Amino acid sequence: MTESIISLAGVTKAFGAFRAVDDVSLDIARGEFFSLLGPSGCGKTTLLRMIAGFEVPTEGSILIDGVSMETVPPHLRPTNMVFQSYAIFPHLDVARNVAFGLRKERLSRDETRARVGEALEMVKLSGYESRRSDELSGGQRQRVALARALIKRPKVLLLDEPLGALDRKLREEMQLELRTLQRSVGITFVFVTHDQEEALTMSDRVAVMSAGHTAQVATPRDLYERPVSVEVADFIGKMNFLPCRLLESNGDRVTVDAAGLGRVAAVAPRPLPAGADLVVAIRPEKLTLHTTEPEASARVTCRMQNTAYLGDRSHYFVDIDGAGRPLAVSAQNADAAVARELAAGSGLWLSWAEDALLVLPATS
Amino acid sequence: MAERTVRTGNRPLALYAALYLGFLYVPVLFLPLFSFNDSIYISFPLKGFTLEWYRSMAGNEPLLRALMNSIKVALATATISTVLGIFAARAVTRYRMPGSRPLVAAIMLPLVVPEIILGTALLIVIMQAGGTLSLLTVTLGHVLLCVPFSMAVLMSRFEGFDRSMEEASADLGENAWWTFWRVTLPMAMPGIVASFLLCFTISFDEFIMAFFLGSTDPTLPVFMWNQLRFPQRLPGVLALGSCILVVSFFVIALAEWLRRGSSSSTSGAQ
Repeated sequence: MTESIISLAGVTKAFGAFRAVDDVSLDIARGEFFSLLGPSGCGKTTLLRMIAGFEVPTEGSILIDGVSMETVPPHLRPTNMVFQSYAIFPHLDVARNVAFGLRKERLSRDETRARVGEALEMVKLSGYESRRSDELSGGQRQRVALARALIKRPKVLLLDEPLGALDRKLREEMQLELRTLQRSVGITFVFVTHDQEEALTMSDRVAVMSAGHTAQVATPRDLYERPVSVEVADFIGKMNFLPCRLLESNGDRVTVDAAGLGRVAAVAPRPLPAGADLVVAIRPEKLTLHTTEPEASARVTCRMQNTAYLGDRSHYFVDIDGAGRPLAVSAQNADAAVARELAAGSGLWLSWAEDALLVLPATS
Repeated sequence: MAERTVRTGNRPLALYAALYLGFLYVPVLFLPLFSFNDSIYISFPLKGFTLEWYRSMAGNEPLLRALMNSIKVALATATISTVLGIFAARAVTRYRMPGSRPLVAAIMLPLVVPEIILGTALLIVIMQAGGTLSLLTVTLGHVLLCVPFSMAVLMSRFEGFDRSMEEASADLGENAWWTFWRVTLPMAMPGIVASFLLCFTISFDEFIMAFFLGSTDPTLPVFMWNQLRFPQRLPGVLALGSCILVVSFFVIALAEWLRRGSSSSTSGAQ
């Protein structure tokens, strides 16, 4: 079941001289929860709209289930969409909204009612059949939009930032629910979001987009642990960067001379281009602060510069000689006494695991 | 707060407003007043209360015929103008066409061109083309006058549309034709009804075009104007005028209520 349901090859969308989507090629597997992640204006929504058929690619091809979509208008595509505004028809009640796409199936009244009931049950809105759209909350509208799309049993469900308008608590609830729903119906979801946390929590795979191209397509774990560029590393989570110089390289294992850290072992997720400026990248939570000299071989002394208390954890900013900029360190506040000692401390030590350091080209 | 400011600070302005409204509406109120007066002369003092003029209206054959003519012309005008307005308003609000601004300006032009010019021009054209004057030519003239109003009402309606509504319909499997019938038209319905009522009233009241382009079979306003030459028929005209006033008022109020009341539901998601 790993064959691809959507296959994009060299897809480009130009508006005049501006290339909103620039040569994107990717395959989305059947049954996958796939996210397009990026800041606003990165082309993710345009890409989604091209899959739906609302925008025509300037170049490149889109295959859905092996069929070229070049001449297929939106209303004949095996995709359905949940719009960012939900686009609930204001002149119809919930049941008629959900049943909108069933006209061509020529179902009897009872069959239609059964299908609508089934779809509403799936999104936990049973009993709302006769409500009008202005009597629904944001979360309920979103569920109606979802039911209306899923009742068509599409091969692919496209979701355009569907959780953007919801408040934080509801959003987290819906994330979980959407994920559960996707697993139970087994339909491929293509999910557009600018929220990296959302993309990481929900997706099987994520395409990070930037300025119209895909910066990296990977599982959430790989995106976080093995970003292939400074761009991705910087966009997903927090990351410390220090300039470095390559000393030795043996496959993906490398040795570099990093500012402030000295000669250290690191990992290169991608082969490094010869002669390029390099940086060492490390996540704040992979650095550990100590008040006494640690056992670990990868360690340096440091001074506390600043502390940000976040409740469950604290962010420390520490200075290292020769680094030129403070490093962010994140630590759980499991022990209040330790946290206080660190915050007040001087003569601290910093340590890290050897494979926590990544070496990336400074510019992509 | 605001009320107090007006009361204390702007007495001259309040007086001005009262005079203005009085000047505007008091003469209109004489119409129903004298229509109940038991005298054929339109002068004070009032003689007594009567419903005679209303009763005689019912038996006035030419009057009823003129009323029917006006209703026919107004219905046809409202229907044609609104249909043309729907398509034109849809086109200019939905598609970015080259020259759409001058096009809208051209459609709106009859709003500012004096009716007497339009009437004369149309009369010359119809005469030159060998046409005969009839209710049909009046209707054509009225459509010309009404399309700008229909456009204005419907454009504001369509401009409030969330475009994703139509995309959602396409996404759910409906082509452009069905999308228009199932989504666009029902959502624009309050605007359509408002446009229809507005055009109906404009056409029903209209005199100049009807006078220039009409035949000897007149519409109601032209008929009324003819009646003014006979003093004994004047109270009957007043009674009729009063009826029209009341009906017009309710029709316009209904149109305005429809236009405003439901504009909140066009954007859908918000």
